[in-house]
Amino acid sequence: MAWQRRILRVNLTDETCVEEPLNMDWAMKYLGQRGLASKYLMEEIDPLVDALSPENKLIMATGPLTGTMASTGGRYSVITKSPLTGAIACSNSGGFIGAEIKQAGWDMIIFEGRAPQPVYLYLENDAAELCSADEIWGKTVWQADEILHTKYQDPLIRIAAVGRAAEQGCLYSAIVNDRHRAAGRSGVGTVMASKQLKAVVVRGTKGVGGVRDPKAFFKATSEGKKVLSDNAVTGEGLPVMGTQVLMNVINEVGAMPTRNMREVQFEGASKISAEAMHEPRESDGEPNLVTNAACFGCTIACGRISTIDPQHYTIQNKPEYIGASGGLEYEAAWALGSDTGIDDLDALTYANFLCNEDGWDPISFGATVAAAMELFELGAITTEHTGGIDMSFGSAEALTKAAELVSAGEGFGIELGMGSKRLCEKYGHPDLSMTVKGQEFPAYDPRGIQGMGLAYATSNRGACHLRGYTVSSEIMGVPVKTDPLSTEGKPELVKAFQDATAAVDSSGLCVFTTFAWTLEDIAPQVAAACEGSWTPESMLAAGERIWNLERQFNLAAGLTRADDTLPKRLLKDAAKTGPAKGMVNRLDEMLPLYYESRGWDVEGVPTAATLSRLDV
Amino acid sequence: MQHVVIGAGPAGVVAAETLRKTQPEAVVTLIGDEPEAPYSRMAIPYLLVKQIAEQGTYLRKNPEHFRDQKIAIVQGRVASIDCKARQIALDGGNAVAYDKLLVATGSRPVSPPIEGIDLPGVTSCWTLADARRIAATAKPGARVVLMGAGFIGCIILEALAKSGAELTVVEMEGRMVPRMMNDTAGNLIKDWCESRGVKVHTSTQVTSIEKNGAALRVNLNSGSAVEADMVVSATGVKPNIEVVEGSGIKCEHGILVDRMMRTSDENVFAAGDVAQGIDFSTGDNSVQAIQPTAVDHGQLAARNMAGSQGATHRGCVNMNVLDTLGLISSSFGLWMGADGGDSAELLNRERFRYINLQFQDDVLVGATSLGLTQHVGVLRGLIQSKTRLKVWKDRLLEDPTRIMEAYLASTQAVGFNARIIK
Amino acid sequence: MLKALQLEPEKCTGCLQCEMACSYENEGVFNPSKSRIKVFTFHDEGRFAPYTCSQCSEAWCLHACPVEAIVVNEKTGSKDVIEDICVGCKVCTIACPFGTVNYNADSGKVIKCDLCGGEPACAEACPTDAITYVDADHTGLERMRAHAAQTVSKS
Repeated sequence: MAWQRRILRVNLTDETCVEEPLNMDWAMKYLGQRGLASKYLMEEIDPLVDALSPENKLIMATGPLTGTMASTGGRYSVITKSPLTGAIACSNSGGFIGAEIKQAGWDMIIFEGRAPQPVYLYLENDAAELCSADEIWGKTVWQADEILHTKYQDPLIRIAAVGRAAEQGCLYSAIVNDRHRAAGRSGVGTVMASKQLKAVVVRGTKGVGGVRDPKAFFKATSEGKKVLSDNAVTGEGLPVMGTQVLMNVINEVGAMPTRNMREVQFEGASKISAEAMHEPRESDGEPNLVTNAACFGCTIACGRISTIDPQHYTIQNKPEYIGASGGLEYEAAWALGSDTGIDDLDALTYANFLCNEDGWDPISFGATVAAAMELFELGAITTEHTGGIDMSFGSAEALTKAAELVSAGEGFGIELGMGSKRLCEKYGHPDLSMTVKGQEFPAYDPRGIQGMGLAYATSNRGACHLRGYTVSSEIMGVPVKTDPLSTEGKPELVKAFQDATAAVDSSGLCVFTTFAWTLEDIAPQVAAACEGSWTPESMLAAGERIWNLERQFNLAAGLTRADDTLPKRLLKDAAKTGPAKGMVNRLDEMLPLYYESRGWDVEGVPTAATLSRLDV
Repeated sequence: MQHVVIGAGPAGVVAAETLRKTQPEAVVTLIGDEPEAPYSRMAIPYLLVKQIAEQGTYLRKNPEHFRDQKIAIVQGRVASIDCKARQIALDGGNAVAYDKLLVATGSRPVSPPIEGIDLPGVTSCWTLADARRIAATAKPGARVVLMGAGFIGCIILEALAKSGAELTVVEMEGRMVPRMMNDTAGNLIKDWCESRGVKVHTSTQVTSIEKNGAALRVNLNSGSAVEADMVVSATGVKPNIEVVEGSGIKCEHGILVDRMMRTSDENVFAAGDVAQGIDFSTGDNSVQAIQPTAVDHGQLAARNMAGSQGATHRGCVNMNVLDTLGLISSSFGLWMGADGGDSAELLNRERFRYINLQFQDDVLVGATSLGLTQHVGVLRGLIQSKTRLKVWKDRLLEDPTRIMEAYLASTQAVGFNARIIK
Repeated sequence: MLKALQLEPEKCTGCLQCEMACSYENEGVFNPSKSRIKVFTFHDEGRFAPYTCSQCSEAWCLHACPVEAIVVNEKTGSKDVIEDICVGCKVCTIACPFGTVNYNADSGKVIKCDLCGGEPACAEACPTDAITYVDADHTGLERMRAHAAQTVSKS
C-alpha cells in the first residue's frame, strides 16, 4: 500500500483539522492525486458554486508513487474549481512539498470553508495546527518562506504559499512551493487566498513504506530509471537544455505563437532559447543558467536555476534578485517573450522570478500582457489606462513593470490580473483573447500543430498543453510520428494522450517521463507499489474514467459544447510564415470525431453507455 | 617500561588502551577502586530506567578485553604517590612502581552542608551502587526531590521522571543547567519540564532535610517544605585530587597539567575529571569534567607517556549535550559569549527551539541550541577548527539556522575552497 | 584497498534518491529524514551538496562513546553504531566535528553511515554519479581527509 490511506480534512471556517480514512474503493478506480481528488471534489461540492466562495474546496493531493523512489515520484496536485475558467482545476507541481505531505503520513489535504482571519497550516506528521498568518499575510511567497523557515528553525520544512497577487484577487494566481515550483495554472492560488489560507507548512518524518512488493518495485523503478537515462530527451535534452530545448525547435516548425498569436514564428526566439541561457553574458562572463536541478526523486532534473545579469536595468539597487533562483521554462519564456515580442532574456528571467516570488502563472500573465499590447496598439487601451506604461509589443520595460504591478496587485496590474478574456471583453475586443474556457494558451500554435488545437479546445481545465501533449507525437515522434499539419487520426491521438496523462498524473509521477516512458514502463511501478491490478490497460481505463469524471464536473458547472472551441484567430486567420503558412486550425474536422471516439453524444455529453462502461 | 594508570573511568581506560597500542612491550597496569568492571557513569541514567542492564554500562563489553589487551587490572585505592621513588602505595600497603604514571581518578559528588544530608533516603547518583539504591525506590508514585538541576541533575531527572516518580527539582541558581545554558535556554528547559509535570523550584535552596515518619521533609528557604520518599543530591562534583596530596604535584581546583597533560612532575600525567587541563576557548586551565574531554585527555596523556616527541594540544572544547524529557539541548565553547565578540540568536518559545551563536571576528567561538539534533557536531567542528566564516558570518547573524550551510561552504569541497561557490 | 564514498557536489541535482535509498536500506521505508546521507541545498548559489560521514581515522564518535557502541567494521573501515548497545546519550553527536552522527528520536539511538556493509545504497541510487564508492586513495576523498586532518592538527 503505497497510499498512506489517510486524509486530513481542514475546515477553515471552524478551524478544525480532522483525520479520516482514504476511500480505498475510489483509490482503486481513480488511483490517486488528480483522479482521486477530482472524485472527492465532484462528490463534495456543487459544481455550480462560486469558485471563490467558502463553498468551494481546495484539495492538495499526492499519488501512490509520491514520496517513493520511483523516478519523479514527488508530484502533487491542487484540485479545486477554477475562478479563471469556472471549470475543474488541477494544477500539478513538483518540488518537494508533495513528497513531504506523503512523508508526514497523508495522501491528501482537503481544505473547506474560509478562515475568519488569515491563517496557515502547520503540519508535522500527525499534528496539524492552524496558525495565525498575521506576520506573513501581505508578504511575498519568498518573504513568507523565509519568515516561516526562521520561525520553525528548521531548514527542512517544506512550504507552499500564495503571494500578494493571490491576496489581491489575481485570477491566475499560483500556489508556489519550495520557492520556485508551482501549482501554476487556473488560479488555484486565488482560491487558496480566498479561503484566507496563506501557506501550508509541512514536515514529514514518518516515511512512505508498505510497498506491496519491494523486490518488484525496485526492479521496475530501476528499469524505468535506465529507460529515462538512455533516452535522448529525458537523459540529455531535458537535463542540459530544460524544456527550453523546444524554443528553437517549435519556432522552426512554425508553431511559435508570436505577438498575441498573430504570427507563428518569432524572430527573437534564438535570443531567449536554451542555447542563449548557456551563453556567457558580456557583463560578468556568466551564463544565465547556473545549473539544472531536480524535483524530489527525479532522475531527469530538467529544472533551471538561473541568475539575472547583475548589470540589467531590472535589478539595479535590488540585491535580493542577485542570487540564483528558478529560471525560465519553455512555456514561461514563450509567454513572457515570443507572445509579447520581447527578446530580452534578463527581462524575461526577472519577470519569471517575480512570478515565483508572488505566485502567478507566467503563461496566463504573458498572454494577458500580449493581449493588452494588441489592445494598446489598437488604441483600445491607452497610457491613461496603464498608468503611463507604453504597452507596445516588444517593450521589455512594459513587461517587467506589468509584472511588478501584478505581483503587488496595484494599478494596471489589477486589470492584467483578470486574465486576457475579461480584459479583452472589458475593452471591447473579446476576439483578441487567446483563451479556451477563459484560460490562456501555452506555447504551441494550433495552426502549425493541428492536434494541439483539439487538445486545447477539449482540455478540461481550459487551454493547456499538459492535458494531452500531442506535440510529443506530432513534432518529436514519441511514441510514433504523426504529421503536425494533418488532422487525420488526431482525435484518437488526443484522446489517447489525454487518458494516459490523466493516469500518469494520478500516479504521482511527472508527465515529462512520458517522453521516454509509456504506460508499459509505468504500470509495473504502480503495480509493484499498490494493491489492485494495475496494467497498462487498466491504467489507461482509469485515465479515461478520470477524463470523463472531469468532463462531468464541467458539464454540471454549466459548460457546454460551445466551450470546446478556439479563438477565431486560430480558426480563421491563416499562418503567415513557416511550414504551416496558409493554414488555420481545422478543429471542426476533429471535434465531432473526438466526441465519437470518446463515446460522447454530439453535444459532447458522455452517453449513459460510456459512463456505465467506465463505471464513473 | 612500566605504565600505571590510576582510575578506571573513560580517561583511564582509553589511556591504558592507547599505551598498549603505542608500546606493545610495555607493562600497563590499571588501578580502579570500584568492584565492577570499568563502567561509564554516563550510562547510569539508562540503567535507572532499565533500558540497559549493568553490563550495558561497561566501558568495554568483552569480558576478556583487558586480559586480551594485556592490561593488568588492580582493584584498590591509592594511598599516596612518591614521585621521587616513582612508586605508589595502595591502601593496605602494597607498592606499585612506575616509569610513567597517569592520575585519572575522576571526581565525586559534593554534599552540600545541609542538616539531614546524611539521613537514610538521601543519596547521590554517581556510582552503580547509588543507581541500584535509587532504582529500588523510584517507583511510580514515589515522591522524589532532586537537589540540583545542573548537567548531572538533569540527566538523572530524565530517568527519575521516566520511572514514574513524582518529581520535584530544587535548584539554587535562577535557571536550570546554569553552567551549560544561558538564561533563555535554562528557563525554557524549566518551562518544558514543568509542562511535563515536574515541579521545578529555581533560585531556591534546601535548608534542611528531616525525618517525617517513614518519609522525609525537605525544607526550602522559601519557607515551604516538600514531602519526599527519597532525596537525590546532585549539587555538583569535585575532582578527586586527594590522591596526589603530599606528592608535591601542583593542584588548584584539579591537578594542573600542561598541553601535554603532564603535571608539575615530569613523570606524572593527569587526565579526565581530575585534571585541570587547557580549555580550548579560554586557554586557561579548567576542570571540564565531560566525557569527550576525558577521552581526549586519556589519549593525549598516553601518547606522551609512551613517546618523547611531545604531543601537545590546543585544549579541549567544553561542550555538553542533554536530553531533558525529550528536549535536547547542547552548548559548546564560549556559549556565554566572548569579550568584543558578537552573537546571533533565534528563539521560538512556543516550540522550544533556540539557537545562539557566539563569534569573535568571523570565527565561531561558542554556541547553544535547543531542539537541534541534526548535524549538531559541526558546532564543535567550526569552533575547534577556528574556521573563518567570511560572508557566512553575516548570513548567520541574519539566520543562525543556516549553520550547516555555513559549515559546508566554509570547510568542505562544496565551498569556497573548491571554488564552486564564489 | 579500502573503499570510500566520494562525494562530488558539482554533479548533484538535489533529487534525494540517495536519501531514499539510504533510508530504505536502513529503516525499510522511504524517509529522507532518517537518511544517513543528506543533500544540502544552497539556494542562492544554486548548488547541492551530498554529505555524509567520511569514516575518518580519528573516529571522534567512536572514542567519545561511553559504552563502546561504535566500532570499526574490519571489512570496510566504517565506524558502525551497534544499535543494541547504544544508549542514546548523544555524546557522539556533539563530539563528531563533521556533524555526521545524528540522534534519531524515534528509536532513541544515534544513526550514522556504515557504508551499508560495503555496498552503499546511496551510490547505487545516485543518477548522476555525484556519489560513488571508490578506492580510498582517490583524490576527492583525499580532499575530505585533508580537512579531517586539518581539524585534528589544530585541535
